[in-house]
Amino acid sequence: MSFMHDLIHGADNQFDHLSLNALQKATLRAVVVSFLFYGLAALEGMIMRAASINPSIPPVNGSVDHYFSIMTVHPIVGIFGSTYQLVFAAFLFLVPFLTKKPLYSIKVANATWILITIGTIMSWLASFVYNYAPLYTLYWPLPADTTQFKAIGGVMFIVGVALIMVGTLLFIYNIYATVFSKVGVHQNKTTKELLISGFGIDGMLNLFNKLTGKQPYSKEPALSLPVVAIFRGTVDTFLDALVILSAGVLVLVYLLADMGGVKLDVASIDALLYKNWFWWGLDLVADGLVLIYVAGSWYLLATLITGQKLFMENVARAALMLELLVSWMVWSHHLLADQGQPEMMKLISGEMVTAFELLTQGLALFITLVTLWKARPLKMTMELKYLLGGLIGFGLAVPAGIIQADMAMNRVLHNTQWIIGAHVHIAIIVGLYMTLYSAVYVLWPLVTNNAKLWSTKLANAHFWLHLIGGIGMGAFMGMAGLDGMLRRHLYFNGEYNLFMILSAICGTMLLVAWLLFLFNVIMSVGLKGLIGIFLPSKNKASSYGIEPANA
Amino acid sequence: MTFLNSLELLAFHNVAYTIYALLIIAIIAWFGYNLTRKEVAKPLVRIPFYVFIAFLVAAGVGHHIFTYNVVPWVAQDIMRESIKPDQVYKVVIEKHQFQLPSEKLVVECGQKILFDVTSKDLVYGFGLFRKNGTMVTQMQVNPGSKNTILWTFHDEGVFDLMSTEYSGPKGNGMFVPNIMEVRGCKTTLSQGGSK
Ligand SMILES: [Cu+2]
Repeated sequence: MSFMHDLIHGADNQFDHLSLNALQKATLRAVVVSFLFYGLAALEGMIMRAASINPSIPPVNGSVDHYFSIMTVHPIVGIFGSTYQLVFAAFLFLVPFLTKKPLYSIKVANATWILITIGTIMSWLASFVYNYAPLYTLYWPLPADTTQFKAIGGVMFIVGVALIMVGTLLFIYNIYATVFSKVGVHQNKTTKELLISGFGIDGMLNLFNKLTGKQPYSKEPALSLPVVAIFRGTVDTFLDALVILSAGVLVLVYLLADMGGVKLDVASIDALLYKNWFWWGLDLVADGLVLIYVAGSWYLLATLITGQKLFMENVARAALMLELLVSWMVWSHHLLADQGQPEMMKLISGEMVTAFELLTQGLALFITLVTLWKARPLKMTMELKYLLGGLIGFGLAVPAGIIQADMAMNRVLHNTQWIIGAHVHIAIIVGLYMTLYSAVYVLWPLVTNNAKLWSTKLANAHFWLHLIGGIGMGAFMGMAGLDGMLRRHLYFNGEYNLFMILSAICGTMLLVAWLLFLFNVIMSVGLKGLIGIFLPSKNKASSYGIEPANA
Repeated sequence: MTFLNSLELLAFHNVAYTIYALLIIAIIAWFGYNLTRKEVAKPLVRIPFYVFIAFLVAAGVGHHIFTYNVVPWVAQDIMRESIKPDQVYKVVIEKHQFQLPSEKLVVECGQKILFDVTSKDLVYGFGLFRKNGTMVTQMQVNPGSKNTILWTFHDEGVFDLMSTEYSGPKGNGMFVPNIMEVRGCKTTLSQGGSK
């Protein structure tokens, strides 16, 4: 087929948006928007990479206001606009797919991606138009500092974030309602049975009974392991949404009062207490969500790729429970440089419990690797390649984080490029995104009704550019951090130029990788198909692969 | 092994982590290669599951114990309330300005210095840097709480002061060059050399 034909109609005419049901469309819509936001985040990243080499390069033009407003929206666009959308889309499809039940509500699923999209754009505009730039950390009283920022910009930003959180709560509601609905295979289950399975308690009881020589508690758990991981991670998503919303309300009260001519005293809120509360919630996004969702996704991908049962499944179930509890108790590692923070809190929560993540994540890595190994020989498919890439990402990023979560190292690493490069960017770009790409390739035929991938060569180029670019960028930023380069600072005299140039080259590879991926997807589904995804679907079914009688 | 200053610690850490990074990439690559083959290459060592878990526990906990004992400033930092400093410097930060007790702080080698920093408005950072940009030490400075750090300087040199926490775009200019001078040491690692 010709190039123009594929561009308009998709590769070999194999993608037909009219054949998609409501669930497939809701999923694909969020996926498309997610990748557009990823591109925006990558562009912002490149602008910052360029500015860190030469601040007077446009569009920053040597303006710190501009630079930090980009830095403020970058994680909002990247984390919420892109990864949240992608993860939520995948899970809204997977929960019905895995439980063989219809999704609770397609309307709510659509509301989720629309709210997150509008919220992200609003926050982005607040920074773009008004240069509102308190960074995502919102350290009190900075977000309410109207001597530096216009109140209107702040209101817009916070309302945007609030919309994202409302969309998140709707996602959670949809997932819970689907998991606990007593239809299909769960027709005869009680809520108690589903809850016990959801929290992994059956896994623990099975282990306990095995050790004491009793019969297993349940041979067939009510919920499959990936569903348990999704359910468990969603508990953290719920808590973090509440914390971020509460912080947002606080900031809004101050900003609105200011606009109404009333000056509220910022000192009446304790800055350190606020930091603790905020990080407790924000950390659930990172240490809670990423680790639980990602572990769950690895298990799912390993079982789907090999077509076999997960190795040590009961241990995995129990470990997910452990990870949940650990994720609630580790936030203090963000306050190791705060001398007002009680030392005991730093020592126990910040150091010791945090170090436990090495164990839970190591366990997930081990279980995934052994599951793959037992199914040898495997074909090196795209999804397997990306899964291995994801494992490398977390293999690198988790220890990098643990090094930082150490009272001795933190003294010289806190707020340096080490944390944002070697830990955060490698965790997200290499660890999380490669895992998500693996899921995209696994789900591709299911969600698109077997659309043909336009080019495997492009897919491979994307893989290598993304992997090398991601690791390289994080590594060079990390090395600059070891040399004292701060993460939230614009340098004007080319202080760390060698590392910044190297990391910008790797950043460019990431951007090119994304362009190749986007191009490949557009050529696969065609422009007509791409638009069709956003048109209402004729088939209102909200499930996949189930006979209507069952649903 | 003991580290005299952060420069030595970071250099060691740089090498150690790079070796680890190359190792983990190599292991996954080796693993991926063998996944696709019928004939599997024999691994050099077979690591049983419990050894792996024990290793992770040891690595996680051991890292803290290791750094606690070999990095000189952790124990001192935790005990700072009960240690009598040789010098106390009170610093106030307000409206993105450092208000320092004097134009230059001169310290004799090996003295225990307590920095007592107060913020009147936003969250700032208090960070000391060598002339080559590498970091000596830092802490966060929260308004409304006590922010103190006790530090012993082991090498001679001149240091710059910078805010290490973002306090709005205005905070980017919070740089005070040559604020401190340490005299009388035998080592001058601060000038960027290494042992
Ligand atoms: Cu964290």
